[in-house]
Amino acid sequence: MSQATLRVQKISAHSGAIPGEGTQRQFTVAKLIDTTTCIGCKACEVACVEWNDMPFSPTEFNNTYQTMPETRWDYWNLILFNEHETEDGSLMWLMRKNQCMHCAEPGCLEACPSDGAIIQYTNGIVDFQQDKCIGCGYCITGCPFNIPKFNKKTKRVYKCTLCTDRVSQGLEPACIKACPTGCLHFGSKDDMRVLAETRADQLRSHYDFPNAGVYDPPGVGGTGVIYVLHDIRQPEIYGGLPKDPRVPLSVKLWKGPLKWLGNIAMVGGVIGLFFHYLRYGPKEREVELKEPHTGEEP
Amino acid sequence: MSDSGQILAPGRVLRYPFNERANHWIASFSYIYLLLTGLAFWSPWLSWIAVVLGGGQISSILHPWVGLFFVYAVMRMYGYWAPQMRNTEVDKQWWNALGHYVRNEDDQMPPAGRYNAGQKALFWSFFYATILLLATGVVLWLPERIPWNLRWLRYLSVFLHPVAALFTIANFLIHIYMSVFAERGALGSVIRGDVSLEFAKRYHPGWYREIREKAAGPRK
Repeated sequence: MSQATLRVQKISAHSGAIPGEGTQRQFTVAKLIDTTTCIGCKACEVACVEWNDMPFSPTEFNNTYQTMPETRWDYWNLILFNEHETEDGSLMWLMRKNQCMHCAEPGCLEACPSDGAIIQYTNGIVDFQQDKCIGCGYCITGCPFNIPKFNKKTKRVYKCTLCTDRVSQGLEPACIKACPTGCLHFGSKDDMRVLAETRADQLRSHYDFPNAGVYDPPGVGGTGVIYVLHDIRQPEIYGGLPKDPRVPLSVKLWKGPLKWLGNIAMVGGVIGLFFHYLRYGPKEREVELKEPHTGEEP
Repeated sequence: MSDSGQILAPGRVLRYPFNERANHWIASFSYIYLLLTGLAFWSPWLSWIAVVLGGGQISSILHPWVGLFFVYAVMRMYGYWAPQMRNTEVDKQWWNALGHYVRNEDDQMPPAGRYNAGQKALFWSFFYATILLLATGVVLWLPERIPWNLRWLRYLSVFLHPVAALFTIANFLIHIYMSVFAERGALGSVIRGDVSLEFAKRYHPGWYREIREKAAGPRK
Protein backbone atom coordinates (compact mmCIF):
# COMPACT_ATOMS: atom_id res chain seq x y z
CA MET A 1 0.00 0.00 0.00
CA SER A 2 2.89 2.27 -0.75
CA GLN A 3 1.94 5.79 -1.65
CA ALA A 4 4.00 7.64 -4.20
CA THR A 5 3.39 11.07 -2.69
CA LEU A 6 4.53 9.94 0.76
CA ARG A 7 8.18 9.42 1.55
CA VAL A 8 9.58 6.94 4.03
CA GLN A 9 11.53 7.85 7.17
CA LYS A 10 11.81 4.41 8.82
CA ILE A 11 12.12 0.98 7.23
CA SER A 12 12.07 -2.39 8.96
CA ALA A 13 15.20 -4.59 8.74
CA HIS A 14 16.89 -2.26 6.30
CA SER A 15 20.62 -2.17 5.70
CA GLY A 16 21.89 1.24 4.75
CA ALA A 17 20.33 4.67 4.76
CA ILE A 18 16.60 5.40 4.57
CA PRO A 19 15.64 7.09 1.27
CA GLY A 20 13.08 9.56 2.56
CA GLU A 21 14.60 10.59 5.88
CA GLY A 22 14.62 14.38 6.07
CA THR A 23 13.90 14.82 2.35
CA GLN A 24 10.37 16.15 2.65
CA ARG A 25 8.81 19.12 4.38
CA GLN A 26 6.04 17.21 6.10
CA PHE A 27 4.24 17.53 9.40
CA THR A 28 3.32 14.60 11.59
CA VAL A 29 -0.37 13.76 11.37
CA ALA A 30 -2.54 12.50 14.20
CA LYS A 31 -5.99 11.24 14.87
CA LEU A 32 -7.74 12.51 17.98
CA ILE A 33 -10.35 10.32 19.63
CA ASP A 34 -12.43 11.94 22.33
CA THR A 35 -13.82 8.98 24.27
CA THR A 36 -16.08 11.31 26.22
CA THR A 37 -18.22 12.09 23.18
CA CYS A 38 -18.19 8.69 21.50
CA ILE A 39 -21.67 7.16 21.38
CA GLY A 40 -20.56 3.74 20.15
CA CYS A 41 -22.49 3.94 16.87
CA LYS A 42 -19.82 2.00 14.96
CA ALA A 43 -20.08 4.28 11.94
CA CYS A 44 -16.26 4.44 11.95
CA GLU A 45 -16.10 0.64 11.83
CA VAL A 46 -18.41 0.51 8.84
CA ALA A 47 -16.56 3.31 7.09
CA CYS A 48 -13.28 1.44 7.60
CA VAL A 49 -14.62 -1.80 6.17
CA GLU A 50 -16.23 0.12 3.30
CA TRP A 51 -13.29 2.25 2.30
CA ASN A 52 -10.77 -0.58 2.51
CA ASP A 53 -13.07 -2.99 0.62
CA MET A 54 -12.66 -5.63 3.28
CA PRO A 55 -14.60 -8.89 3.24
CA PHE A 56 -17.36 -9.06 5.82
CA SER A 57 -16.14 -10.46 9.09
CA PRO A 58 -18.58 -12.62 11.08
CA THR A 59 -19.64 -11.07 14.39
CA GLU A 60 -19.87 -12.85 17.72
CA PHE A 61 -22.88 -12.29 19.93
CA ASN A 62 -22.15 -12.39 23.65
CA ASN A 63 -25.10 -10.41 25.06
CA THR A 64 -23.27 -7.09 24.84
CA TYR A 65 -22.68 -4.44 22.25
CA GLN A 66 -19.27 -5.95 21.58
CA THR A 67 -19.46 -7.43 18.09
CA MET A 68 -16.09 -9.16 18.29
CA PRO A 69 -13.46 -9.39 21.03
CA GLU A 70 -10.61 -7.68 19.19
CA THR A 71 -9.52 -6.30 15.85
CA ARG A 72 -8.92 -8.76 13.03
CA TRP A 73 -6.79 -8.88 9.92
CA ASP A 74 -9.89 -7.74 8.00
CA TYR A 75 -11.37 -5.55 10.74
CA TRP A 76 -8.92 -2.82 11.65
CA ASN A 77 -11.15 -0.49 13.61
CA LEU A 78 -13.21 -1.75 16.54
CA ILE A 79 -15.04 0.07 19.30
CA LEU A 80 -14.47 -1.58 22.66
CA PHE A 81 -17.42 -1.30 25.05
CA ASN A 82 -16.63 -1.38 28.73
CA GLU A 83 -19.04 -1.19 31.63
CA HIS A 84 -17.03 0.44 34.39
CA GLU A 85 -18.13 0.82 37.99
CA THR A 86 -16.83 4.02 39.52
CA GLU A 87 -15.76 4.45 43.15
CA ASP A 88 -19.18 5.79 44.17
CA GLY A 89 -20.87 2.71 42.67
CA SER A 90 -22.37 4.36 39.60
CA LEU A 91 -21.94 2.98 36.12
CA MET A 92 -19.83 4.45 33.34
CA TRP A 93 -20.21 3.03 29.88
CA LEU A 94 -16.83 3.58 28.28
CA MET A 95 -16.40 3.30 24.56
CA ARG A 96 -13.04 3.37 22.91
CA LYS A 97 -12.35 3.15 19.23
CA ASN A 98 -9.43 0.76 19.01
CA GLN A 99 -7.03 0.60 16.06
CA CYS A 100 -3.36 0.92 15.26
CA MET A 101 -1.84 3.72 17.33
CA HIS A 102 0.82 4.61 14.73
CA CYS A 103 3.57 4.93 17.34
CA ALA A 104 6.44 7.29 16.69
CA GLU A 105 8.72 4.43 17.77
CA PRO A 106 6.85 1.41 16.44
CA GLY A 107 7.56 -1.92 18.14
CA CYS A 108 6.25 -3.80 15.11
CA LEU A 109 8.74 -2.08 12.83
CA GLU A 110 11.57 -2.67 15.26
CA ALA A 111 10.81 -6.39 15.57
CA CYS A 112 10.24 -7.01 11.85
CA PRO A 113 13.04 -9.03 10.15
CA SER A 114 11.89 -8.40 6.58
CA ASP A 115 13.38 -5.48 4.66
CA GLY A 116 10.68 -2.93 3.90
CA ALA A 117 7.71 -4.95 5.21
CA ILE A 118 6.92 -2.21 7.72
CA ILE A 119 7.59 1.44 6.96
CA GLN A 120 6.91 4.76 8.58
CA TYR A 121 6.19 7.71 6.32
CA THR A 122 7.53 11.16 7.01
CA ASN A 123 4.06 12.12 8.24
CA GLY A 124 4.34 9.45 10.96
CA ILE A 125 1.94 6.86 9.54
CA VAL A 126 3.14 3.30 10.10
CA ASP A 127 2.19 1.06 7.20
CA PHE A 128 2.58 -2.66 6.45
CA GLN A 129 3.74 -3.65 2.97
CA GLN A 130 2.17 -7.07 2.58
CA ASP A 131 4.15 -7.89 -0.57
CA LYS A 132 7.33 -7.79 1.50
CA CYS A 133 5.89 -9.43 4.62
CA ILE A 134 7.26 -12.92 5.28
CA GLY A 135 4.54 -13.85 7.75
CA CYS A 136 6.84 -14.54 10.70
CA GLY A 137 4.57 -12.73 13.19
CA TYR A 138 7.36 -10.90 15.00
CA CYS A 139 5.42 -7.63 14.63
CA ILE A 140 2.65 -9.23 16.71
CA THR A 141 5.20 -9.68 19.49
CA GLY A 142 6.67 -6.20 19.02
CA CYS A 143 3.33 -4.37 19.28
CA PRO A 144 2.36 -3.28 22.81
CA PHE A 145 -1.25 -2.70 21.69
CA ASN A 146 -2.07 -6.14 20.22
CA ILE A 147 -2.91 -4.72 16.80
CA PRO A 148 -1.21 -6.62 13.92
CA LYS A 149 -3.28 -9.64 12.89
CA PHE A 150 -2.27 -12.65 10.82
CA ASN A 151 -4.19 -13.87 7.79
CA LYS A 152 -3.80 -17.65 7.59
CA LYS A 153 -4.59 -17.81 3.89
CA THR A 154 -2.22 -15.13 2.63
CA LYS A 155 0.26 -15.72 5.47
CA ARG A 156 0.68 -11.97 5.85
CA VAL A 157 -0.07 -9.55 8.66
CA TYR A 158 -2.52 -6.65 8.33
CA LYS A 159 -3.58 -3.59 10.27
CA CYS A 160 -4.98 -0.07 9.99
CA THR A 161 -3.16 2.05 7.39
CA LEU A 162 -4.53 5.34 8.80
CA CYS A 163 -6.04 5.50 5.30
CA THR A 164 -2.64 6.26 3.82
CA ASP A 165 -4.26 6.34 0.39
CA ARG A 166 -6.69 9.08 1.47
CA VAL A 167 -4.25 11.05 3.61
CA SER A 168 -1.67 11.18 0.82
CA GLN A 169 -4.34 12.86 -1.33
CA GLY A 170 -5.18 15.42 1.32
CA LEU A 171 -8.28 13.66 2.63
CA GLU A 172 -9.03 12.66 6.19
CA PRO A 173 -9.21 8.95 7.13
CA ALA A 174 -12.53 7.19 6.43
CA CYS A 175 -13.37 6.71 10.10
CA ILE A 176 -13.04 10.46 10.76
CA LYS A 177 -15.28 11.23 7.81
CA ALA A 178 -18.01 8.96 9.19
CA CYS A 179 -18.12 10.09 12.83
CA PRO A 180 -21.50 11.77 13.56
CA THR A 181 -20.67 13.27 16.96
CA GLY A 182 -17.39 14.97 16.17
CA CYS A 183 -15.49 12.86 18.65
CA LEU A 184 -12.95 12.07 15.92
CA HIS A 185 -10.59 14.68 14.56
CA PHE A 186 -7.70 14.53 12.16
CA GLY A 187 -4.90 16.98 11.50
CA SER A 188 -1.34 17.77 12.44
CA LYS A 189 -0.11 16.21 15.64
CA ASP A 190 0.50 19.67 17.11
CA ASP A 191 -3.05 20.84 16.35
CA MET A 192 -4.55 17.64 17.70
CA ARG A 193 -2.54 17.95 20.92
CA VAL A 194 -3.86 21.49 21.44
CA LEU A 195 -7.41 20.43 20.68
CA ALA A 196 -7.13 17.44 23.02
CA GLU A 197 -5.67 19.50 25.86
CA THR A 198 -8.40 22.09 25.41
CA ARG A 199 -11.05 19.39 25.63
CA ALA A 200 -9.39 17.77 28.65
CA ASP A 201 -9.22 21.14 30.34
CA GLN A 202 -12.92 21.68 29.60
CA LEU A 203 -13.71 18.27 31.13
CA ARG A 204 -11.68 19.08 34.23
CA SER A 205 -13.11 22.55 34.80
CA HIS A 206 -16.70 22.35 33.53
CA TYR A 207 -17.61 18.71 34.02
CA ASP A 208 -17.15 16.29 36.87
CA PHE A 209 -13.95 14.75 35.50
CA PRO A 210 -11.08 16.17 37.57
CA ASN A 211 -8.69 13.55 36.20
CA ALA A 212 -9.47 13.96 32.52
CA GLY A 213 -6.39 13.95 30.36
CA VAL A 214 -4.74 13.20 27.05
CA TYR A 215 -3.34 9.76 26.26
CA ASP A 216 -0.21 10.16 24.14
CA PRO A 217 2.16 7.61 25.71
CA PRO A 218 5.80 8.77 25.76
CA GLY A 219 7.09 5.18 26.14
CA VAL A 220 6.64 4.67 22.39
CA GLY A 221 7.65 8.22 21.51
CA GLY A 222 4.05 9.40 21.42
CA THR A 223 1.38 8.03 19.12
CA GLY A 224 -0.31 9.06 15.90
CA VAL A 225 -3.62 8.33 17.58
CA ILE A 226 -4.29 10.22 20.80
CA TYR A 227 -7.20 9.84 23.19
CA VAL A 228 -9.02 12.17 25.52
CA LEU A 229 -9.93 10.01 28.53
CA HIS A 230 -12.27 10.78 31.44
CA ASP A 231 -9.62 9.43 33.77
CA ILE A 232 -6.06 9.50 32.53
CA ARG A 233 -4.88 7.68 35.67
CA GLN A 234 -6.46 4.41 34.61
CA PRO A 235 -6.40 3.88 30.84
CA GLU A 236 -6.74 0.11 31.49
CA ILE A 237 -10.48 0.47 32.09
CA TYR A 238 -10.92 1.37 28.43
CA GLY A 239 -10.58 -2.22 27.26
CA GLY A 240 -7.02 -2.69 28.41
CA LEU A 241 -5.34 0.43 27.02
CA PRO A 242 -1.83 0.02 28.47
CA LYS A 243 -0.78 2.60 31.04
CA ASP A 244 2.83 2.84 29.94
CA PRO A 245 3.19 1.01 26.61
CA ARG A 246 6.74 0.35 25.47
CA VAL A 247 8.45 -1.68 22.84
CA PRO A 248 9.14 -4.92 24.77
CA LEU A 249 12.53 -4.77 26.46
CA SER A 250 13.46 -8.17 25.06
CA VAL A 251 12.86 -6.91 21.51
CA LYS A 252 15.14 -3.96 22.19
CA LEU A 253 17.82 -6.19 23.71
CA TRP A 254 17.56 -8.60 20.80
CA LYS A 255 17.78 -5.91 18.12
CA GLY A 256 20.40 -3.92 20.05
CA PRO A 257 23.15 -5.44 22.21
CA LEU A 258 22.47 -9.08 21.32
CA LYS A 259 22.78 -8.36 17.63
CA TRP A 260 26.11 -6.63 18.07
CA LEU A 261 27.50 -9.22 20.46
CA GLY A 262 26.28 -12.02 18.22
CA ASN A 263 27.78 -10.53 15.08
CA ILE A 264 31.11 -9.87 16.78
CA ALA A 265 31.13 -13.39 18.23
CA MET A 266 30.30 -15.06 14.92
CA VAL A 267 32.76 -13.10 12.80
CA GLY A 268 35.37 -13.26 15.58
CA GLY A 269 34.86 -17.00 15.89
CA VAL A 270 35.43 -17.63 12.19
CA ILE A 271 38.51 -15.38 12.14
CA GLY A 272 39.84 -17.04 15.30
CA LEU A 273 39.47 -20.54 13.86
CA PHE A 274 41.10 -19.44 10.62
CA PHE A 275 44.13 -18.14 12.46
CA HIS A 276 44.27 -21.23 14.63
CA TYR A 277 44.58 -23.25 11.43
CA LEU A 278 47.31 -20.94 10.12
CA ARG A 279 49.23 -21.28 13.36
CA TYR A 280 48.75 -24.97 14.25
CA GLY A 281 47.35 -26.59 11.11
CA PRO A 282 45.66 -29.97 11.09
CA LYS A 283 46.37 -32.50 13.81
CA GLU A 284 47.09 -35.30 11.35
CA ARG A 285 50.34 -33.79 10.10
CA GLU A 286 52.03 -34.74 13.35
CA VAL A 287 50.72 -38.28 13.17
CA GLU A 288 52.33 -38.70 9.77
CA LEU A 289 55.65 -37.38 10.99
CA LYS A 290 55.83 -39.46 14.14
CA GLU A 291 54.19 -42.65 12.99
CA PRO A 292 54.54 -43.09 9.24
CA HIS A 293 51.94 -45.51 7.99
CA THR A 294 53.54 -48.87 7.36
CA GLY A 295 50.46 -50.78 6.34
CA GLU A 296 50.55 -52.67 9.61
CA GLU A 297 48.31 -52.11 12.56
CA PRO A 298 49.99 -49.83 15.06
CA MET B 1 24.08 -54.19 11.91
CA SER B 2 27.70 -53.74 12.81
CA ASP B 3 28.61 -52.23 16.13
CA SER B 4 30.88 -49.34 16.81
CA GLY B 5 34.38 -50.52 17.66
CA GLN B 6 34.33 -53.49 15.29
CA ILE B 7 37.65 -53.96 13.53
CA LEU B 8 37.46 -53.97 9.76
CA ALA B 9 40.39 -55.17 7.69
CA PRO B 10 42.87 -53.72 7.02
CA GLY B 11 43.71 -51.52 9.97
CA ARG B 12 40.32 -49.87 10.00
CA VAL B 13 37.78 -49.76 12.79
CA LEU B 14 34.07 -48.92 12.64
CA ARG B 15 33.33 -45.68 14.48
CA TYR B 16 29.78 -44.83 13.40
CA PRO B 17 27.30 -47.54 12.30
CA PHE B 18 24.89 -46.65 9.49
CA ASN B 19 22.04 -45.52 11.77
CA GLU B 20 24.23 -43.05 13.60
CA ARG B 21 25.67 -41.74 10.34
CA ALA B 22 22.27 -41.33 8.70
CA ASN B 23 20.91 -39.60 11.76
CA HIS B 24 23.92 -37.30 11.89
CA TRP B 25 23.21 -36.11 8.37
CA ILE B 26 19.51 -35.56 9.04
CA ALA B 27 20.63 -33.29 11.86
CA SER B 28 23.36 -31.68 9.72
CA PHE B 29 21.27 -30.78 6.71
CA SER B 30 18.32 -29.59 8.79
CA TYR B 31 20.68 -27.57 11.02
CA ILE B 32 22.36 -25.93 8.05
CA TYR B 33 18.98 -24.97 6.58
CA LEU B 34 17.89 -23.60 9.97
CA LEU B 35 21.16 -21.74 10.34
CA LEU B 36 20.96 -20.14 6.90
CA THR B 37 17.31 -19.11 7.11
CA GLY B 38 17.79 -18.08 10.73
CA LEU B 39 20.68 -15.83 9.74
CA ALA B 40 18.50 -14.34 7.00
CA PHE B 41 15.95 -13.36 9.67
CA TRP B 42 18.72 -12.28 12.04
CA SER B 43 20.25 -9.52 9.97
CA PRO B 44 19.16 -7.50 6.94
CA TRP B 45 22.70 -7.89 5.66
CA LEU B 46 21.98 -11.58 5.26
CA SER B 47 18.41 -11.38 3.90
CA TRP B 48 19.78 -12.44 0.52
CA ILE B 49 20.25 -15.96 1.90
CA ALA B 50 16.46 -16.31 2.16
CA VAL B 51 16.16 -15.00 -1.41
CA VAL B 52 18.60 -17.65 -2.63
CA LEU B 53 16.68 -20.32 -0.72
CA GLY B 54 13.36 -19.49 -2.38
CA GLY B 55 12.27 -16.26 -0.72
CA GLY B 56 11.50 -14.93 2.73
CA GLN B 57 7.95 -16.27 2.82
CA ILE B 58 8.98 -19.85 2.01
CA SER B 59 11.89 -19.64 4.43
CA SER B 60 9.64 -18.43 7.20
CA ILE B 61 7.10 -21.20 6.50
CA LEU B 62 9.68 -24.01 6.29
CA HIS B 63 11.98 -22.93 9.12
CA PRO B 64 9.76 -24.31 11.92
CA TRP B 65 8.99 -27.55 10.09
CA VAL B 66 12.65 -28.22 9.38
CA GLY B 67 13.21 -27.37 13.03
CA LEU B 68 11.05 -30.35 13.96
CA PHE B 69 13.27 -32.62 11.82
CA PHE B 70 16.30 -31.26 13.63
CA VAL B 71 14.71 -31.86 17.03
CA TYR B 72 13.84 -35.41 15.94
CA ALA B 73 17.44 -36.10 14.93
CA VAL B 74 18.85 -34.61 18.12
CA MET B 75 16.51 -36.74 20.22
CA ARG B 76 17.69 -39.83 18.34
CA MET B 77 21.29 -38.76 19.00
CA TYR B 78 20.38 -38.62 22.64
CA GLY B 79 19.15 -42.19 22.38
CA TYR B 80 22.32 -43.37 20.63
CA TRP B 81 24.96 -41.46 22.49
CA ALA B 82 23.76 -40.11 25.84
CA PRO B 83 25.10 -43.09 27.86
CA GLN B 84 28.57 -42.56 26.36
CA MET B 85 28.45 -38.81 26.98
CA ARG B 86 28.51 -39.00 30.77
CA ASN B 87 31.24 -37.11 32.51
CA THR B 88 34.18 -39.21 33.70
CA GLU B 89 37.33 -38.62 35.70
CA VAL B 90 39.35 -38.55 32.47
CA ASP B 91 37.19 -35.66 31.23
CA LYS B 92 38.29 -33.45 34.11
CA GLN B 93 41.92 -34.16 33.28
CA TRP B 94 41.12 -33.50 29.62
CA TRP B 95 39.79 -30.02 30.38
CA ASN B 96 42.87 -29.31 32.48
CA ALA B 97 45.03 -30.31 29.52
CA LEU B 98 42.99 -28.24 27.03
CA GLY B 99 46.00 -26.09 26.19
CA HIS B 100 47.83 -29.11 24.80
CA TYR B 101 44.79 -30.03 22.74
CA VAL B 102 44.56 -26.55 21.26
CA ARG B 103 48.27 -26.70 20.33
CA ASN B 104 47.77 -30.11 18.67
CA GLU B 105 49.93 -31.83 21.30
CA ASP B 106 47.62 -34.81 21.37
CA ASP B 107 50.22 -37.18 22.79
CA GLN B 108 50.05 -35.18 26.03
CA MET B 109 46.29 -35.57 26.41
CA PRO B 110 44.71 -37.92 28.96
CA PRO B 111 43.26 -41.06 27.33
CA ALA B 112 39.81 -40.13 26.01
CA GLY B 113 37.19 -42.81 25.40
CA ARG B 114 34.98 -43.01 22.30
CA TYR B 115 34.27 -39.33 22.93
CA ASN B 116 36.61 -36.82 24.48
CA ALA B 117 35.41 -34.20 26.94
CA GLY B 118 35.10 -31.56 24.21
CA GLN B 119 32.85 -33.78 22.13
CA LYS B 120 30.73 -34.45 25.18
CA ALA B 121 30.42 -30.74 25.82
CA LEU B 122 29.36 -30.26 22.20
CA PHE B 123 26.74 -32.97 22.55
CA TRP B 124 25.21 -31.58 25.73
CA SER B 125 25.38 -28.00 24.45
CA PHE B 126 23.44 -28.97 21.34
CA PHE B 127 21.03 -31.13 23.31
CA TYR B 128 20.00 -28.46 25.81
CA ALA B 129 20.09 -25.65 23.24
CA THR B 130 17.78 -27.71 21.03
CA ILE B 131 15.27 -28.09 23.83
CA LEU B 132 15.36 -24.33 24.39
CA LEU B 133 15.09 -23.65 20.66
CA LEU B 134 12.09 -25.97 20.43
CA ALA B 135 10.28 -24.38 23.38
CA THR B 136 10.88 -20.82 22.21
CA GLY B 137 10.42 -21.75 18.56
CA VAL B 138 6.93 -23.11 19.14
CA VAL B 139 5.95 -19.83 20.81
CA LEU B 140 7.34 -17.82 17.90
CA TRP B 141 5.66 -20.15 15.42
CA LEU B 142 2.18 -19.61 16.86
CA PRO B 143 2.27 -16.10 18.35
CA GLU B 144 -1.50 -15.61 18.06
CA ARG B 145 -2.17 -18.80 20.03
CA ILE B 146 -0.43 -17.29 23.04
CA PRO B 147 -3.08 -15.45 25.09
CA TRP B 148 -2.49 -11.73 25.56
CA ASN B 149 -1.92 -12.10 29.31
CA LEU B 150 0.83 -14.66 28.60
CA ARG B 151 2.58 -12.36 26.15
CA TRP B 152 5.69 -12.40 28.33
CA LEU B 153 6.25 -15.88 26.85
CA ARG B 154 6.61 -14.25 23.44
CA TYR B 155 8.89 -11.56 24.82
CA LEU B 156 11.06 -14.22 26.42
CA SER B 157 11.11 -16.38 23.30
CA VAL B 158 11.96 -13.61 20.90
CA PHE B 159 15.13 -13.04 22.91
CA LEU B 160 16.05 -16.57 23.98
CA HIS B 161 15.62 -18.14 20.53
CA PRO B 162 18.51 -16.17 19.00
CA VAL B 163 20.54 -16.54 22.20
CA ALA B 164 20.24 -20.33 22.02
CA ALA B 165 20.90 -20.22 18.28
CA LEU B 166 24.07 -18.18 18.77
CA PHE B 167 25.19 -20.68 21.38
CA THR B 168 24.74 -23.52 18.89
CA ILE B 169 26.57 -21.51 16.20
CA ALA B 170 29.61 -21.22 18.47
CA ASN B 171 29.52 -24.99 18.96
CA PHE B 172 28.81 -25.59 15.28
CA LEU B 173 31.82 -23.56 14.14
CA ILE B 174 34.15 -25.49 16.43
CA HIS B 175 32.55 -28.78 15.38
CA ILE B 176 33.04 -28.03 11.66
CA TYR B 177 36.57 -26.79 12.24
CA MET B 178 37.56 -29.85 14.25
CA SER B 179 35.95 -32.42 12.00
CA VAL B 180 36.67 -30.99 8.57
CA PHE B 181 39.93 -29.10 9.02
CA ALA B 182 41.76 -30.08 12.19
CA GLU B 183 41.20 -33.80 12.66
CA ARG B 184 41.58 -35.46 9.29
CA GLY B 185 39.65 -38.67 9.18
CA ALA B 186 36.82 -37.37 11.33
CA LEU B 187 34.65 -36.25 8.41
CA GLY B 188 35.21 -39.55 6.60
CA SER B 189 34.22 -41.44 9.73
CA VAL B 190 30.75 -39.93 9.74
CA ILE B 191 30.35 -40.54 5.98
CA ARG B 192 31.90 -43.98 5.46
CA GLY B 193 31.77 -44.99 9.11
CA ASP B 194 35.34 -46.14 9.74
CA VAL B 195 38.59 -44.63 10.97
CA SER B 196 42.12 -45.98 10.99
CA LEU B 197 43.34 -47.71 14.11
CA GLU B 198 45.99 -44.98 14.29
CA PHE B 199 43.23 -42.41 14.50
CA ALA B 200 41.57 -44.34 17.31
CA LYS B 201 44.82 -44.79 19.15
CA ARG B 202 45.87 -41.18 18.82
CA TYR B 203 42.63 -39.35 19.56
CA HIS B 204 40.67 -41.89 21.61
CA PRO B 205 43.16 -44.12 23.45
CA GLY B 206 40.52 -45.29 25.94
CA TRP B 207 38.30 -46.37 23.10
CA TYR B 208 41.27 -47.98 21.33
CA ARG B 209 41.94 -50.08 24.42
CA GLU B 210 38.31 -51.24 24.42
CA ILE B 211 38.58 -52.14 20.73
CA ARG B 212 41.69 -54.17 21.40
CA GLU B 213 40.11 -55.99 24.32
CA LYS B 214 37.00 -56.67 22.26
CA ALA B 215 39.04 -57.96 19.32
CA ALA B 216 41.18 -60.13 21.59
CA GLY B 217 38.09 -61.68 23.17
CA PRO B 218 36.74 -63.95 20.41
CA ARG B 219 40.23 -65.11 19.41
CA LYS B 220 40.57 -67.18 22.56
